[in-house]
Amino acid sequence: MSERNVDGKNCEAVFYLNGKPIPFQDGDTIMDATLKAGKYIDHLCHHPKIKPLGSCRICIVKLDGKFVSSCTHPATKNSQITSNTKEIIEQRKSLLQMLFVEGNHICPACEKSGNCQLQALAYKNEMLTSHYNQFFPDRVIDASHPDAIIDFNRCILCELCVRASRDIDKKKVFSIDKRGINAKLIINSPSGKLKDSEFTINDMAAQICPVGAILPKHKGYEIPIGKRRYDKHPIGELEPDYQTRNEDK
Amino acid sequence: MVMKINQFTDEIILLFNQRPDKLLQMLIKIQRQYSYIPQQAITQLSRKLLLTEANILSVIGFYSFLHKKSRGSYDLRISDNITDQMLGSTAITSMFSNKLSVQLAIPRKDGRVCVDSTSCIGMSDQGPAMLVNGMPVVSLNKKRVESICQLIESNSPLNQWPKSFFHIKNNIQRKDILLTDCSDNGAAISALINQGSQNIHQQIEHSNLRGRGGAGFHTSLKWRSCKDAIAKRRYVVCNADEGEPGTFKDRVLLTTQPDKVIEGMTLCAGIIGNEIDNNGRLENSDQLTGGFIYLRGEYEYLYKSLQRVLQRRRDAGLLGKNILGVKGFDFDIEIHLGAGAYICGEESALIESLEGKRGIPRNRPPFPAIKGYNNQPTVVNNVETFVNATLIAIHGACWFKKIGTAQSRGSKLLSISGDCDRPGVYEFPFGTSIRHILDDCGAQNVQAVQVSGPAGFTIPAQDFDRYIGFEDVPAGGSFMIFNQQRNLLDMVKNFGEFFVNESCGFCTPCRVGCSLLMQMIDRVHQKISTNHELCEIKKLSHLMIQTSHCGLGSSASNSVMDTLKYFPKLYQQQLNHSDDESLFDLQGELLQARQLTGDDNV
Repeated sequence: MSERNVDGKNCEAVFYLNGKPIPFQDGDTIMDATLKAGKYIDHLCHHPKIKPLGSCRICIVKLDGKFVSSCTHPATKNSQITSNTKEIIEQRKSLLQMLFVEGNHICPACEKSGNCQLQALAYKNEMLTSHYNQFFPDRVIDASHPDAIIDFNRCILCELCVRASRDIDKKKVFSIDKRGINAKLIINSPSGKLKDSEFTINDMAAQICPVGAILPKHKGYEIPIGKRRYDKHPIGELEPDYQTRNEDK
Repeated sequence: MVMKINQFTDEIILLFNQRPDKLLQMLIKIQRQYSYIPQQAITQLSRKLLLTEANILSVIGFYSFLHKKSRGSYDLRISDNITDQMLGSTAITSMFSNKLSVQLAIPRKDGRVCVDSTSCIGMSDQGPAMLVNGMPVVSLNKKRVESICQLIESNSPLNQWPKSFFHIKNNIQRKDILLTDCSDNGAAISALINQGSQNIHQQIEHSNLRGRGGAGFHTSLKWRSCKDAIAKRRYVVCNADEGEPGTFKDRVLLTTQPDKVIEGMTLCAGIIGNEIDNNGRLENSDQLTGGFIYLRGEYEYLYKSLQRVLQRRRDAGLLGKNILGVKGFDFDIEIHLGAGAYICGEESALIESLEGKRGIPRNRPPFPAIKGYNNQPTVVNNVETFVNATLIAIHGACWFKKIGTAQSRGSKLLSISGDCDRPGVYEFPFGTSIRHILDDCGAQNVQAVQVSGPAGFTIPAQDFDRYIGFEDVPAGGSFMIFNQQRNLLDMVKNFGEFFVNESCGFCTPCRVGCSLLMQMIDRVHQKISTNHELCEIKKLSHLMIQTSHCGLGSSASNSVMDTLKYFPKLYQQQLNHSDDESLFDLQGELLQARQLTGDDNV
């Protein structure tokens, strides 16, 4: 995908994210190229090592007047993309609020607090209240496994564990059952409990949860609240996983 | 005697050649046999198909006609479309519940019967209607309900029920070029062989035929993208998942004109894959093309008759190997059943379902015409589109273009229901005004018409001079009429519930948004809303339109937005007060705490 620019130098194909050029290669999504370029677009259901899904819609950007999810939309040459307008931030905030009211999220008491991407994105997008009425769903916790606990109350159906277990761990421990607002994460085991599945704490699926739904046992609050990853820096700045820097700030 | 579950499951697995992509078809057969999917069957399927049990459970959980618990000997599903409600389905449902002593959706303890509601079953012109073990029963009234309850209590098998219960009327009320045509079977395929694929494709292109499912994509373009995609295998899929509430014209086409539907599919195969030259010989003999009819679960009763038509056509050399003697022109069709999921009418969700999976719409691009079934180029067209293609091949583009408008050529079949004297199927040329249609079907004092189902458009009386056509009021097939006596909020509420039930749950804005929208509509309905809710509805609608993964989420708020626009009084008169503040009922909010603590001072 290289061509000569006006100076006669080789340059890659680019698109423009908030006016700044982002180089990309054929087959890259908008998100792939952005993360590779060390920039950040808010997201929850995306992980660079996992096949994209496009379900949370947090990574929506505007391309040619239309909203697309940047984790699934192919990058196209010279396209103009915005990710940080007031309009997009408002939409994103509403989507975050939807995720908050749909489940039961208890940030102050959650072990993931400060390391949680949902919480961090809520702070970043200045979400002050959950706005909508809480659904208060009745969901049972699975604490059967010796090394991990699943609190379905905090599950946002991002399917990262489903995909990691299927594609990386090659175990297919998780699936999504039902549909609509009743959609829920289920575990593949004779009892439906995590302890009877092939899940181990070393699985990628055990590490990948962006929220506090899948948590390791036997440790808690090792790093005090206030000193955790997103306590120190808003999400998108200094993301060690992606080695990104948010230069747009 | 019910066969042992393991043995039956094994037979079903063998019937479908142990193919994991046939999982949904296997589950439907097992459900039909046992009225649920027993755990033993799940274990067996998991072992033989090399699928996880959770995967199988996730498919069962997605389709509303599949169950993990027994539904009993008689599984009743009462159609819950607004038109059924207008014909008294709510009273019919309570009558069933009372007489049979059952609660909605909870199977009776003796394993005899379950009474449940379901999304529109495509009988809006002869409702209230229901399915009993998959068989439609129409025109339900008090007398019929009483007889049915007696038949159920006496454990009478369905084949001993009065035949009249199952008599489905076609109700064809107006015919035009499509419904009056009486060409011979095979005439379109003969034209293809005589004139060659290229010429027939050109005729389709010149005819300007656009998809009849509602979106109106140019048929020839879709076929061309599929033809030009590089692949050895291609698929032609007929979308007979007629799920848009209020639509039933495809049911009538599949009943009265199945040959023309199948012929249109064969024609498509001969254009996108097999490519016949104008000497009637095959150009690309290494191309393989397969076909599917995706038949909605509600139309399972048509399965056998469609199979017979397919067989008759094979016997007549119109389907199968060497069609009409052209060596290598091979094309055959399988019928794939759905199992109660509106979203499967969306073409990429339909393809997922064809592959035996949950019907979650895919990310696009790539489009199905490039990467569809099994990642191969796939044409998905509506039933009516294929019939039109057949007629264009026979009579030519000029004949087709004689009626309709410049942007919308030909005719449109409408399924007319609701407040009118003569509900049924009407074929009108595109360009016919809503007013003309209403006159024809005998509708008086009409307040509004809902065109193209809950995801479509609410047309108020002042707009009845607008006409059906892709450039004005795009009509999918559903045409529901509401007279002045109707409260349109009942319609909005019914549609809201429909989308809550039918959202696939994949993306945040639709999964959560449909429920939030329903909460807000409910508050308006219960007169506990203020201007605040109305602003919230607009904001939420905007969000769902802009950020949803597919058309379901982006159209779920259409009816509330249209009625807000055209019938603002309807909402204003429901408001508790017109402040922009949300209503807060302190006593109501405290009620639960008081009950729990038993302390009125809380």
